[in-house]
Amino acid sequence: MNDDRPSPDALLAVAQRESHGRLKIFLGAAPGVGKTYAMLQAAAERRREGVDIVAGVVETHGRRETEAQLGGLDVLPARQMEYRGKSFREMDLDAILARHPQLVLVDELAHTNVPGSRHLKRWQDVEEILAAGIDVFSTLNIQHLESLNDIVEQISGVKVRETLPDSVLSSADEIALIDLPPQELIKRLHEGKVYVPEQAKRAVGNFFSPGNLTALREMALRHAAERVDAQMVDYMRTHAIPGPWPTRERILVCIDERVEAAKLVRVAKRAADRRGAAWVVVTVETSTSHTLTEADKDRISEALRLAQQLGGETALLQGDDVVTTVLDYARERNATQIVVGRARPRRWRIGKSVTERLFAESGDFNVFVVGGQDDEKPVPSLRRPKIKEKPDWINLAFAALCVSGATGIGFLIDRWLPAASISVAFLLAVMVVAMRSGLRPAIVASVASFFAFNFFFTEPRWTFAVSDTKNILTLVFFLIAAVIVSNMASRLRAQILATRESARRTTNLYDFGRKVTAAVTLDDVLWAVVHHVATTIHGKSLVLLPDGAGLSIAAGYPPEDQLDDRSAAAADWTWTHGKLAGRGSTTLPTSLWLFLPLKTARGPFGVLGVQMSEDADMPSPEQMRLLETLADQAAVAIERTTLVADIETARVATERERLRSALLSSLSHDLRTPLVSIMGAASSLQNYDDMMDHANRHELTQTIQDEAERLNRFVQNLLDMTKLGAGALKPRADWADLNDIVGAAVERTGRLARDHTIKVDIDPGVLLLCVDPVLMEQVFFNLLDNACKYAPPGTVVKVWARRTPNYVTIEVIDQGPGIPPEASEKVFDMFYRVDHGDSKAAGTGLGLAICRGIVEAHGGTIKAEPGLNGAGAAIVIHLPQSHDIDGLAARISADAEPEGT
Amino acid sequence: MSTRILVIDDEPQIRKFMRISLTANGYEVIEAENAAQGIEAARSQQPDLLVLDLGLPDLDGQEVISAVRERSDVPIIVLSVRAHELDKVEALDRGANDYIVKPFGVAEMMARVRAVLRQRAAKGNNDIVAAGPVLIDLGRRIVTRNGDEVHLSKREWGLLAFLASQPDHVLTHKQILKEVWGPAHGEDTAYLRVYVNQLRQKLEADPAAPTLIVTDAGVGYRLRRGE
Repeated sequence: MNDDRPSPDALLAVAQRESHGRLKIFLGAAPGVGKTYAMLQAAAERRREGVDIVAGVVETHGRRETEAQLGGLDVLPARQMEYRGKSFREMDLDAILARHPQLVLVDELAHTNVPGSRHLKRWQDVEEILAAGIDVFSTLNIQHLESLNDIVEQISGVKVRETLPDSVLSSADEIALIDLPPQELIKRLHEGKVYVPEQAKRAVGNFFSPGNLTALREMALRHAAERVDAQMVDYMRTHAIPGPWPTRERILVCIDERVEAAKLVRVAKRAADRRGAAWVVVTVETSTSHTLTEADKDRISEALRLAQQLGGETALLQGDDVVTTVLDYARERNATQIVVGRARPRRWRIGKSVTERLFAESGDFNVFVVGGQDDEKPVPSLRRPKIKEKPDWINLAFAALCVSGATGIGFLIDRWLPAASISVAFLLAVMVVAMRSGLRPAIVASVASFFAFNFFFTEPRWTFAVSDTKNILTLVFFLIAAVIVSNMASRLRAQILATRESARRTTNLYDFGRKVTAAVTLDDVLWAVVHHVATTIHGKSLVLLPDGAGLSIAAGYPPEDQLDDRSAAAADWTWTHGKLAGRGSTTLPTSLWLFLPLKTARGPFGVLGVQMSEDADMPSPEQMRLLETLADQAAVAIERTTLVADIETARVATERERLRSALLSSLSHDLRTPLVSIMGAASSLQNYDDMMDHANRHELTQTIQDEAERLNRFVQNLLDMTKLGAGALKPRADWADLNDIVGAAVERTGRLARDHTIKVDIDPGVLLLCVDPVLMEQVFFNLLDNACKYAPPGTVVKVWARRTPNYVTIEVIDQGPGIPPEASEKVFDMFYRVDHGDSKAAGTGLGLAICRGIVEAHGGTIKAEPGLNGAGAAIVIHLPQSHDIDGLAARISADAEPEGT
Repeated sequence: MSTRILVIDDEPQIRKFMRISLTANGYEVIEAENAAQGIEAARSQQPDLLVLDLGLPDLDGQEVISAVRERSDVPIIVLSVRAHELDKVEALDRGANDYIVKPFGVAEMMARVRAVLRQRAAKGNNDIVAAGPVLIDLGRRIVTRNGDEVHLSKREWGLLAFLASQPDHVLTHKQILKEVWGPAHGEDTAYLRVYVNQLRQKLEADPAAPTLIVTDAGVGYRLRRGE
């Protein structure tokens, strides 16, 4: 490999950083080291260089020196927020984005915003500022770093609530370490120069002990040092400085549902950071994974999310053998270390635990086992929908019923069978309970059966005493068998339930897929999406799509036409950032709706909003996964409709282009040919008038007239076509006599039909038609013109008309060469001509297109069929006649009066 | 004194060929290239016939008809393009006597000119109108075909008599309906179609290809006397 070129990935990262604002973090080991002061000093420096600086939020805590520094700066007023009756001051993010300075000062990066703000955390605000291309100076104490959270707690005994993902610090463009020796800091504390919040006063003595401060200082220094290392490597990569770069180690962390998963992740993160290694957190889904409780599933996804926040990679592996799956993946990803939790003591299991097997089979990998209990409980943040299990007492009553039933059966068969056989009836009862109600009721049933069996059926009866050793054995075996059966049956039940759940999910997705595939238009797709999502979550859903100004509701179920301001803000945020926002997420959680981005590989298409029913604030993790899948499918479906529209636009454009060239060639040919004849004849007359006899002169003038008429017809056709195309040709339907219309058309054909006989056969029942007589005359003229053009001279052209109850059928039949079946539709296209191999037919290719346009404007149809006995062509027109002809006839006969005077 | 025809058209080429052919047929031609000139010439020169293009640069030809009709009943033939049936109908309703569809041949124009002039000459002496084999005696209310009397209903007679009162002259649907059926029936063209058909059955040699009562599609009917 050639290492002389800069690494593309490294360059890409730099490029991304360039459009972004730059983040500089002033990092301190503890409060009071002077971070804010240092930040303000640096800002003053930049201001002297002429940089436009705004103080977004700066906590001076009343320190005079610090306030003095702030003096010359443009300080944005804080935003007043009401929460639970109290007033809070928060940084005004929108004001900053609107003001758009070059640099913003944002103190206390780890701050948690008051509920009701756009983001939960201030660092999210900062990310938005950076994304807008504004530089940020910010401050941070090392104890707020997520990965150090538990260590800090161990060392100082203070639980830090406000944490910050490590990725924020590592993505900072610059870190300035503000260092103060512990003794100095303690001195400042005693001088009252260190701000301590009220509620922390009690802990302050412990926290500011020299030991603590030294440990924190070491952490901060180490972080800054690692950072320098990383920057050095980055620099070498981007500038193609040849190695040696340290080979990247990769740490693989295996987690499962056990409580210490989060701790394992943190440990791995620290280890990875110290070694500059990449790290991957994996969990293995086995065939029994779906039997895990909701709480366990939550804990796993919580740990995976934490890993992502800390900058780690996560992977969900599938396989029945955990150990092999993990080891395969480790090999594939070239991992060097595997981190696992300590094995739980398993008293009832025979065989080795996963951890033990990993040790045995790991081969080249270093396996680390992390011990201890993780006392951090998942934050019981929001209410989840309760799973409706039957209450215990019903299950227990059912168990009691089954056992009594078995006892009854026992008495029935007691006469013929030995006591041991009766135990089978009880086993059956236990099995039924296990299948229906689960493990616990089954165990209860086993024990109850054991006692019932003992009491009723073993000698001596009606006592719990057992006289026969054989019976003791029977009883013991019965109990063992009952417990095993309950265990197995209940497991079977769990699996059935899980399978059913997964089948439901699959069916749901399948249904959805089917619905959105069947939907053709965008509206259909949107409706299918909102309807399906709403029924899936038993709540409301809507889809917002961008229109000129911003997002607007495109569909809702139940229909919704207005979003409150907070929800609209969350929707906008989801749209611009392509991430989850709103209720139940970490961004704008006070919105009434939860918004998911609808995006595909081609980019975002819109936003899906969901609102759960009354008893749940947010979807369960299961529903969330389903929703995400649905959102993906919906986005693809929406994309499909827009693609269809794109293809349609392209098709129309191609068609237009074809028409344009056809029109040009038609114009140049059909306009020029008669002009050539006219000019030729006219100039002949002008120049050689004296030399010509009367017959020749007459012939030339006849040519001029014929060709001029041809030109006139062509121009008329073009005009009609243009009007049809522009939709300007609206039929002015009125009662008209078909005979009149056809007669007028025949008359206009005049000389064109001199070689043909035109026969008109109109049934007297078709007397009156409600059509536009002028337009229909044009139709018949074009049809007769065509027939005379294509049919050989001397043949008959027939116009035939009959009435059926709802239609009038009119045919124009000729005895020409006919129209090939494959062209029977195309002849109605503009500029299409049936190719007969000679240029005899000087058609314009417009006649039939005009006929179709006019007939369709009348609500009728026109098609080409073979003529009589398959010879020639027949153009068949159907015109709807829904008008009340009979009523009309009655009125007219009522109008008739006796014979004239 | 020869017959004077006023041609109002803004196209010099059209005026030129009309002048040449009309003069060749013995008419005297006065030309006007816009509405103002035309109205002025119609007043001062007292022409016997007006040929008026509806598309004039300064004023709508329809207004010219109205302006001329205010003081004179000189026959007016309008020139109009096809598919502008409403224009023709409006022109006829405003008092024009006939129309010619552009583009047109000289022969057609001459026929119309002659027909209109003849009608004017025959004015006051048209009690008996002859149209081919059909004789219509307006005074005695008798219709004969090849000498045989044809029986007509009252409406049929009213219709035929109105057409015969202005032979070779297009009468719009509205004009006929108002005259024969009364002002309330101005839009009932279906009646008209039915009675025209009945008349044709009784009078025409081939009712499917009428030569006496001719349809002007979208405009109206005329009784053709033949030349």
